[in-house]
Amino acid sequence: MDNCKIEISGLRKSFGSLQVLRDINLKVETGSVVALIGPSGSGKSTLLRCINLLVIPEGGRIRVGDDAFSFDGNAKLSSAREQARFRSNTGMVFQHFNLFPHMTVVQNVMEGPLSVKGMPKAEAEARARKLLAKVGLSDKGDVFPNKLSGGQKQRVAIARALAMEPAVMLFDEVTSALDPELVGEVLGVMRDLAKDGMTMIIVTHEIGFAREVADRVVFMRDGVIVEEGPAREVIEHPKEETTRVFLSHFHNRG
Amino acid sequence: MISYTWHFEVVWQYSRLFLAGTGVTIGLTIAVVILGLLIGLVAGLMQLSRSAALRWVSWAYIEMFRLTPLLVLLLWFYYALPMLTGIKIDALSASVITLSLYGGSFYAEVIRGGIISIEPGQSEAGLALGMTPARVMRRIVLPQAIKRMIPPLMNQSIIQFKNTSLVSVLAVPDLLYQGQIVAMDTYRALEVYTAIAAIYFVVLLPLTVIVKMAERRLAQSN
Repeated sequence: MDNCKIEISGLRKSFGSLQVLRDINLKVETGSVVALIGPSGSGKSTLLRCINLLVIPEGGRIRVGDDAFSFDGNAKLSSAREQARFRSNTGMVFQHFNLFPHMTVVQNVMEGPLSVKGMPKAEAEARARKLLAKVGLSDKGDVFPNKLSGGQKQRVAIARALAMEPAVMLFDEVTSALDPELVGEVLGVMRDLAKDGMTMIIVTHEIGFAREVADRVVFMRDGVIVEEGPAREVIEHPKEETTRVFLSHFHNRG
Repeated sequence: MISYTWHFEVVWQYSRLFLAGTGVTIGLTIAVVILGLLIGLVAGLMQLSRSAALRWVSWAYIEMFRLTPLLVLLLWFYYALPMLTGIKIDALSASVITLSLYGGSFYAEVIRGGIISIEPGQSEAGLALGMTPARVMRRIVLPQAIKRMIPPLMNQSIIQFKNTSLVSVLAVPDLLYQGQIVAMDTYRALEVYTAIAAIYFVVLLPLTVIVKMAERRLAQSN
């Protein structure tokens, strides 16, 4: 596949004696959406956090766009500055939003371009307001995050990540902390992003959403990729027994 | 209760001494608060350092001063330290050094606690945007941490204000020391010590109101 935006090979990570990721290989095509599913503790969040180096792997290789990091052998640990540059190329949205509470909504969205890219303030603000409009929050720019609902917070977090114009977007269980009635508005924004051709990796428990929006689904368990394939195929006709057992919990819940 | 005729006019006759004593107390407090904050900032950041040696040195300093009575420290720095070093220091210098180091050990804990109280998710969000760790500390963590530190730092400073009264044992002419002289002069201990207590109270009352307001604003903004 020449058209790969993200390429992960031989990725390994352990916390103490616990092996969280064992030899992970994954390719994500440009403009495609990959959903990572699996039981908690399967390593899917760790994998996602490795892709923007919030977790530093012990071995393997990660390429995002033209930027690659190798973690094999005695390779010198990369500097904080190099890691920061690598991260600026990927947008990340967290389960608990992690908005900056001491900044207004528009300042939150401006922060990346301002302090990482050194963009002039007026330009950064114009871009931030445009992104807020895109996520349906053009009227909330000047309030502080504590005045927003969970769904609104998460949409601001998405706008904040998009402001860096990342090559890929990573979503880490972004609807798990939301009240059920607020999940839809966040998924709606993600659906629009996917339509716009953004390359996305989504860690999610929203199986229905994964089937609808994702091109491919990756099922993980105990630090390995158990099954991978086109979304509809994996979810409706899983080949592996463990995938079937995992998915049956969701069908039972309706 | 025995009947007692109050004679506060006696105290009033000595108002210049009280005024001078209050001036020394306030000046000393300002000096030891500023010096203590600087020491506390350094020791607090050392506690969060990646170097184990720096962490150990600051830990030893903090615990040594936090776990020793201030009166003992004052006497030690004034009477004992010169015997050790051969350098005689005056009572005011000994007081400033001791109170600053003592206050600094408490400030250090407040500053360290303020920084680690910021959720790791905040740093992660900053890093994920591509900020360097130093920039994350400056733009994301410290602005939030300082806000949380202000009420406890002010409380600690109020305690420092009261702690300065102990320097009277070294004959530093603070409010309490001057009061003791007046009390011995006039045999009006009741009026004198009541007046001294009232002066400490009146100076600190507005400060505690400010701390309360700061705490309330903090609670709202979170």
